[in-house]
Amino acid sequence: MNISDEQLAQLAVLARLDCASDMSLRDDVDRILHFVEQLQSVDTSQTAPLLNPLEMTQRLRPDVVTEPDDRERYQKCAPLTEAGLFLVPRVVE
Amino acid sequence: MFPDTIQSALKGLRNGEFSIKELVTEFATRARDAQPELNAYITIATEDQLEQQTTYARDLALKDAPLDLAGIPLAIKDLFCTELMPTTCGSKMLENYVSPFESTASSRLLQTGAVFLGKTNMDEFAMGSSNENSFFGPVRNPWHKEHVPGGSSGGSAAAVAAGLCLGALGTDTGGSIRQPAAYCGITGLKPTYGRTSRYGMVAYASSLDQAGPMTRTAYDAALMLTAIAGPDDRDSTSSAEPVADYLKDINKPLQGLRVGLPKEYFEALGEGPVLNAIMEAKKALEQQGVTFVDVSLPHSNLALSAYYIIAPAEASTNLSRFDGVRFGHRCNSARDLADLYARSRSEGFGAEVQRRILIGTFALSAGYQDAFYKQAQRVRRLVKNDFIDALDQVDLLLAPVTLGAAFRLGEKTDDPVSMYKEDLFTIPVSLAGLPAISVPCGTADASGTSLPLGMQLIGNYFDEARLLNVAHQWQQLTDWHSRTPPSSAREMK
Repeated sequence: MNISDEQLAQLAVLARLDCASDMSLRDDVDRILHFVEQLQSVDTSQTAPLLNPLEMTQRLRPDVVTEPDDRERYQKCAPLTEAGLFLVPRVVE
Repeated sequence: MFPDTIQSALKGLRNGEFSIKELVTEFATRARDAQPELNAYITIATEDQLEQQTTYARDLALKDAPLDLAGIPLAIKDLFCTELMPTTCGSKMLENYVSPFESTASSRLLQTGAVFLGKTNMDEFAMGSSNENSFFGPVRNPWHKEHVPGGSSGGSAAAVAAGLCLGALGTDTGGSIRQPAAYCGITGLKPTYGRTSRYGMVAYASSLDQAGPMTRTAYDAALMLTAIAGPDDRDSTSSAEPVADYLKDINKPLQGLRVGLPKEYFEALGEGPVLNAIMEAKKALEQQGVTFVDVSLPHSNLALSAYYIIAPAEASTNLSRFDGVRFGHRCNSARDLADLYARSRSEGFGAEVQRRILIGTFALSAGYQDAFYKQAQRVRRLVKNDFIDALDQVDLLLAPVTLGAAFRLGEKTDDPVSMYKEDLFTIPVSLAGLPAISVPCGTADASGTSLPLGMQLIGNYFDEARLLNVAHQWQQLTDWHSRTPPSSAREMK
């Protein structure tokens, strides 16, 4: 399948990327989608999807606090913080 | 004269032939000296960081635990979070990131007294097969500077091959340990999915990612795997399966072993130096009493397509955490929140990463999820079932790792799909979650020199001990693994 300009723009919005104007990217995406198209020809009506290669199920643990609050340390790698808060552009006018 | 294996270095340290400090200084010097030529590292430890680690290793060595790696200079793929040095994952996105926590794999190595010389170069977010997708520039293959080292663990492979460390930690999602190991003439083991903890590894495709050792010999791989394997409370996908003793049976004779040759792999491989090398290996192993039978993996031709849906789908989800807010690159003067996200991400991620995020977003989007993502997961089961059937008949499989020797820089950068085909023989194993080891088995002529080739041994779930046994025995019969490239540090001295 080929992807239209509108579809690429929509994918970029969903993926939160600013790349829709990159034409070579669309060609690449087309090429990759052509390549994976062969999957459509396989009859898998009797086959269940495999999510985890060992088919493990989610392990549960007791509902107890294990990690201490360490905000200062974890915020050290943030680009912009103030008074223990992450800063973002104004959301509510 | 310094040794080039972990095994011999441990012996040298025990016998007092050199001190931990001398050993570490030697390898750190080599790593720094080779940097302009090979670019194998992204970060090399400072003198202070080396001193701090050396002191700790020396104290541990005094306790004389039989399996510890006290004083062994290792390199860590720059995808493992480390507190001592930055963790970039080969990306501008994480150019200045210093992790507030340590990955389980690196932490377990530190507990055995290993000394980290630095963090190795890699394809950005482990997406690539040539190490050309690194924000920090490509790694050169030590056997020929115009050739790629493979990827994504290209820096780790080049560092081991060139003698810039005694062993390295790599990760393998679709072949990222095995393919560079083959291209650089070293040993690389991808463990069973769940054998090693993924905690603190920057996530690419969570149902596929595994950490593993990259070393000169299978014996060294066994030493490193012993240190890192085992369950971890911090990774719910790590397996509770008991860890085998990887050294106990490493010298076991191969007499009576049954090995399968997947016929679809050899059809796809065709005539050439890889086939010749593997047939030579088959002959040598037959003389040790190994019998070979043809087996079939009928769905292996679909594995690549399934992988290039599943891995990008998981990547698009995993990489959504990079938002310019909590860590990583942030764009300047964002208009609003949506602009902050989109521009931070597109400025921080390279082209291949954005391609895969878009493909993954597509495969998970409404209207396409069943036809692409679910279908790929169904095909994944078919691929896995093939291996289960084949491994019912034999103890392990022998297969190629790559179609040929390392290709030239720039040869495959124009077409992403041609690069994806690099992992033809490694991806099916990854989808099935099986363990596999790549070991040197010959050379091919290219660019006026000889470049190394590898072969792949594929085992049953949690059968790493057998893979290491066969690989080790193979290395007792041949010397491919002990050959060193022209630009190795040892040769330059």
